[in-house]
Amino acid sequence: MRLKSTLAVSALAMMAANPAAAEIRLGAVLSVTGPASFLGDPELKTLEMLVEEVNAQGGINGEEVVLIHYDDGGDANRARTFATRLVEDDEVAAVIGGSTTGVTMAVAPVFEANEIPFISLAGAVVIINPLNPWVFKTPHTDRMACESIFTDLTARGLSSIGMISGQGGFGTSMREQCIDVAGEYGIEIVADETYGPRDSDMTPQLTSIAATDGVEAVVNAGFGQGPAIVTRNFAQLGIDLPLYQSHGVASDAFIELAGDAAEGVRLPGTALLVADLLAEDDPQHAVVTAYRAAYEDRFEEPVSTFGGYAHDAFWIMAQAIESAGSTDGAAVRDAIEATTGWVGVTGEFNMSPDDHMGLDLSAFRMLEIVDGGWSIID
Amino acid sequence: MYEFLQFVSSGMTVGAVYALVALGFTLIYNASDVVNFAQGEFVMLGGMTTVFLYDAGTPLWLAAVLAVMITATVGVLLNKLAVEPARGASVVSLIIITIGASIFLRGVAQIVFDKQIHRFPAFTGEDPITVAGAAILPQSLWVLMGGAAIFGVLYLFFTRSVIGKAVLATANNRLAAKLVGINTTAMMTLSFGLSAAVGALAGVLATPITLTSYDVGGGLALKGFAAAMLGSMGVPAGALVGGLLLGLIEAMTAGYISSDYKDAAAFIVILTVLFVMPRGLFGRAVAERV
Repeated sequence: MRLKSTLAVSALAMMAANPAAAEIRLGAVLSVTGPASFLGDPELKTLEMLVEEVNAQGGINGEEVVLIHYDDGGDANRARTFATRLVEDDEVAAVIGGSTTGVTMAVAPVFEANEIPFISLAGAVVIINPLNPWVFKTPHTDRMACESIFTDLTARGLSSIGMISGQGGFGTSMREQCIDVAGEYGIEIVADETYGPRDSDMTPQLTSIAATDGVEAVVNAGFGQGPAIVTRNFAQLGIDLPLYQSHGVASDAFIELAGDAAEGVRLPGTALLVADLLAEDDPQHAVVTAYRAAYEDRFEEPVSTFGGYAHDAFWIMAQAIESAGSTDGAAVRDAIEATTGWVGVTGEFNMSPDDHMGLDLSAFRMLEIVDGGWSIID
Repeated sequence: MYEFLQFVSSGMTVGAVYALVALGFTLIYNASDVVNFAQGEFVMLGGMTTVFLYDAGTPLWLAAVLAVMITATVGVLLNKLAVEPARGASVVSLIIITIGASIFLRGVAQIVFDKQIHRFPAFTGEDPITVAGAAILPQSLWVLMGGAAIFGVLYLFFTRSVIGKAVLATANNRLAAKLVGINTTAMMTLSFGLSAAVGALAGVLATPITLTSYDVGGGLALKGFAAAMLGSMGVPAGALVGGLLLGLIEAMTAGYISSDYKDAAAFIVILTVLFVMPRGLFGRAVAERV
């Protein structure tokens, strides 16, 4: 009798520990508010939308997906606390999140220690290099943006450039990557200027760049209002050189802010941005159009590249759980690594045990702003 | 040579905005001894309110006027709801209250407006005017002229009008001002309203160049505070000189030395000045007045 009740108690305890066998608990730590809210907000909306979509179709392997999300407000400390909570209290099977590189690097060790597959939505190359067996990412890296710009420069026969970079994390990281990779493309950086995250006038820096001998094009690494001001100042000074922006400003809002000054600016962007311009037979046409329509119908705001990262992360995770047939960490991790030829809104993913991003340069389209809209350069 | 002119025009434009923020600090400091760290939020409110009214179809001039009036009201409310009830608290407590108010205003702006970056068109076109090879935006002239006009009007207000003199009297000695029949509470409220209006005007003038979003206030408050300290806190002329000097140092450093050291150079100059003249460039005036 005594034994029986002990068994009953332990059975109850086990049931409490596994709240419901027939659900898949997906965790998310995103910067929905705070300075990185322009990343976290569309990411969370996308995840919520897709979870509903999957559940309406009967879930994954017949199990309902439950999304448990926390808002870190862009604060790495808080994100770390939430990561621990996701693992210890919520007992999630997999995690998507880390809107910024800082947050991602802060939470990754928690998931690594607990062997939980984690797909980050942040840009920097340090997330996947050196490789962490439990950490993946869906956004392309800033290094790829540099390579994409340099490829286009080479095609135009240009080889010496001036760089102007924001002093924030994004600008600093991209500037370093561009300097690092420039040699491989025979590009020489002859002028190198920076500006602060809250600066409102970059004409002094641009005047110096324009006065530097041999500058054939200018590359601006940064996001936020900086690139819009740089573009306006560039036009104000009448500098007659090609201007390249980064993927960080690839949005319609940039054209709006920069106005007429944006004419002729080139930047590497994703297919999502130019969904209307994609050919019908483009491999990304279907997925991009579907995601865009679903998102814009539901939230009545323009779709963003960042939401696209969450879209791809969710489907890669969902497919991996489906093909693994369980939520066992190692099995899901192996299934993510086995993702090949899957076309998302960001590009075609070919993951492997050595490559936890799986994108190549084809994920970037070189775009030019013409008549206040985008056009694809090939 | 055209480079030098370009740097000067850049420095003056940015400096004029700093000067207006510094003037806002000065107005409130004079009336209440409080350093109002929500000053940058007034600039943000001026810009953001204009953007949203303009996008809603209000003509630009009307949107600008309304934005200044709304922000002035916010300034008055800040005094009535947060600063005045805490009268008698130490100056440090009052400063902390203003920091709290700035965080509060930023949070409200995030909800009432949004988290995106915005701008509205320049008042008189976007085509730069070329002066001796330097390209100057018409809006820069608006900022400079507008700044000069605000300083001029406030100078006249404080030296020629009875109310202006009453504010100065309150600043000099509150008890004495009360004894001669000045309503010092009303003067403090007026100072907050004026200060908010000046900040909002700076936001309206500068937004076509600098762009705006809910979180521009913090950085502006810091630069404006530095400018006010450089020129001596509480002296309007000091705010003007301090702001312009700060803008010019930044532009010259970015242009001639390296943009990496732009902010560092500005702060080194400020530290040096304060080391040699602890009251700031116009410090003596304070000593005489008190």
